[in-house]
Amino acid sequence: MTTPMVKFDNVTKRYGALTVLDSLNLEIAPNEKVAIIGPSGSGKTTVLRMLMTLERINDGVIYVDGEPLTHMHKNGELVPADEKHLRRVRGNIGMVFQHFNLFPHMTALKNCMEAPVHVLGLSKKEAEERAAELLDMVGLADKKNHYPNQLSGGQQQRVAIARALAMRPKVMLFDEVTSALDPELVGEVLNVIRKLGKEHNLTMLMVTHQMGFAKEFADRVCFFYGGKIAEQGTPEEIFNNPKEERTRQFLSAVLEAG
Amino acid sequence: MQLRSLTICAIVFFTAGLAVASFAGFREFIPGLLQGALITIQITIGGCILAVIMALVAAIAKMYGPWPLRWLAIAYIEVFRGTSALVQLFWLFFVLPHFGILLEPLTVAIAALGLNVGAYGAEVVRGAVAAVPRGQWEASVALNMPRNLALRRIILPQAFIAMIPPWGNLFIELLKATALVSLITISDLTFKAQQMNQTTFRTVEIFTIVLIMYLAISILITVGMRALETVAARGMARGR
Amino acid sequence: MFWDWNYVWEIMPQLLRASVVTIEATLLGFLLAAVLGLVLAILRMSKTSWISVPTAAVVEFIRSTPVLIQIFFIYFVFPEFGIVLPAMVAGVIALGLHYGAYCSEVYRAGLENVPRGQWEASTALNLSPYITFRDIIIPQAIPPIVPALGNYLVALFKETPLLSAIAVLELMQTAKILGSQSFRYIEPITLVGAFFLVMSLVAAALIRQVETWLNRSLRNPGGDR
Ligand SMILES: Nc1ncnc2c1ncn2[C@@H]1O[C@H](COP(=O)(O)OP(=O)(O)OP(=O)(O)O)[C@@H](O)[C@H]1O
Ligand SMILES: [Mg+2]
Repeated sequence: MTTPMVKFDNVTKRYGALTVLDSLNLEIAPNEKVAIIGPSGSGKTTVLRMLMTLERINDGVIYVDGEPLTHMHKNGELVPADEKHLRRVRGNIGMVFQHFNLFPHMTALKNCMEAPVHVLGLSKKEAEERAAELLDMVGLADKKNHYPNQLSGGQQQRVAIARALAMRPKVMLFDEVTSALDPELVGEVLNVIRKLGKEHNLTMLMVTHQMGFAKEFADRVCFFYGGKIAEQGTPEEIFNNPKEERTRQFLSAVLEAG
Repeated sequence: MQLRSLTICAIVFFTAGLAVASFAGFREFIPGLLQGALITIQITIGGCILAVIMALVAAIAKMYGPWPLRWLAIAYIEVFRGTSALVQLFWLFFVLPHFGILLEPLTVAIAALGLNVGAYGAEVVRGAVAAVPRGQWEASVALNMPRNLALRRIILPQAFIAMIPPWGNLFIELLKATALVSLITISDLTFKAQQMNQTTFRTVEIFTIVLIMYLAISILITVGMRALETVAARGMARGR
Repeated sequence: MFWDWNYVWEIMPQLLRASVVTIEATLLGFLLAAVLGLVLAILRMSKTSWISVPTAAVVEFIRSTPVLIQIFFIYFVFPEFGIVLPAMVAGVIALGLHYGAYCSEVYRAGLENVPRGQWEASTALNLSPYITFRDIIIPQAIPPIVPALGNYLVALFKETPLLSAIAVLELMQTAKILGSQSFRYIEPITLVGAFFLVMSLVAAALIRQVETWLNRSLRNPGGDR
């Protein structure tokens, strides 16, 4: 058995008295595409944010590529990770946000070059080549000198994807990346993600409300409910034969709305 | 355009002031007044530079520093905002010599005013940094940037534009506060005015001219800051 | 020995007496500023431009020039017209004038910040302008106005040492006299600084209290307390 690329081991997250994730266990294999679905407030975003180290966890350990992310080994014990360890392991992960979070004072190209130059230590030339190549891949070769506010939402989100990829992560996280877009722009972003899945060796974790896309793209679907994985399986199992009543209710509600 | 009309305004005021001065029989005082204005401008520029440096350092120490630095920054900000500029000026002027520190009055003036305005500026910097959306920090983390890199390359450049107008006001406050240095024997514009007033007793004319000269300098500051804002906004490609 | 406690106790009574003058000057100056500010604000918001434009110019002029010179101006100019003002009165007038210009902007911002829709809704409900002003506009304008005025009160307070330049016997002038008599400036000036620091910190805390209280009771009456 290969080591999982991402492993949540009994991870718990609380906000004050509210337990948002309750002893979560989840293993994701290298190259696996996992879609996370579930009602609002069920903790989907929180899972991704914990993996990106944007949220502290209260209990449990997260492993990335066999290495603890939130903790490190010290004298044979697992202690909370220091900044240096966190940054080294975090380098394996990239994230695309619902609201893009592009840097408004930099062009598309500069957005994609900033971290490769200053974090990875690439030369300006190398970084620019890499950025241009990625912008080309997301279909924005002609927009590379535009500032974010000169781009449409869909274009901004594609820049954001290129920016994350420029760090050569092994794991990509997508949090409802099409939710802030006008309906006619959703397709162009999903196409880029499809292409990524085909052409790159990437482990992907995506929170999505696009059930059609999850069904077609994902290897596995996890249905979150109340801070737990209520049901998981292949897209066929979840969408065609859900075992749990809650899954069925959620799916029929979503289908009715959409 | 507003910018140009303001500049013209400033120049007109300044020359009008000088004209009034020369026609009212003050010709002999003009060199003195200009000397005073030069000193006022020197102190203003020195004080502004010190204020900006102190504000950046104090704000960053207060927000992100380890606790001893943080407390030092808070103490600096509270003390200099909580006591008055004149008290600070006198403290540096009269008390420092007791500790064997003898400074030029001009140095004392720049230090006192720069430190005073810097404390207010620290809150401006802090507010502008806090106003940068949280998503910008999160994107920086997701790109694995260390915090000081994110602050320097991502957050501060965005905060910069928001800081320009309040800094313009602070610079004008600093200009106005330079009048206080006349009380520690520096012959700035206010000092010259006092001197002339005591020799000629033509109070209305003298003080009117000097007030207009201060107004002209403050208009110049406003114009400069507007221009800076336009340039900075262009770098962000905002409003295009 | 840098700090002499005996000397501190010796000068304390005089400083305390002087602090009364400082506080008097602050309160009188602010009273003048608050009233004058309201007048200037109303004039500046006037629809007739030959009233509003000159008012705006005067306000900008006062705000852009040093208060110290304004103090000198008032102190030395009135005698030219045969009116001899005591230094304290001249100082209070100058401070009141200077901060009145600032206060006028506070009033104006507060009133203009109430959305137009509030006036329109009141018209739609057929409320008279007076009732609209009293029951709709003022309660919404006050919560931002009061703390801003409070901040200017503190700012004016910190500007009172300038009155020492025209020999008003407030704290700073007293401290300087004490210092020149004994050649010890450390204690008097540091004590003056400490007095200002304590007073402004207390005032800032009070302003925050008032601010929360106002927000609760005027914006959200009957809300949680
Ligand atoms: N910073 C926070 N402080 C307190 N509670 C929070 C915080 N962030 C999230 N929560 C709570 O945690 C729970 C899970 O939030 P999360 O954002 O993970 O939900 P989600 O499944 O992504 O929902 P949605 O589909 O609406 O995005 C929610 O009940 C939310 O209110
Ligand atoms: Mg979410």
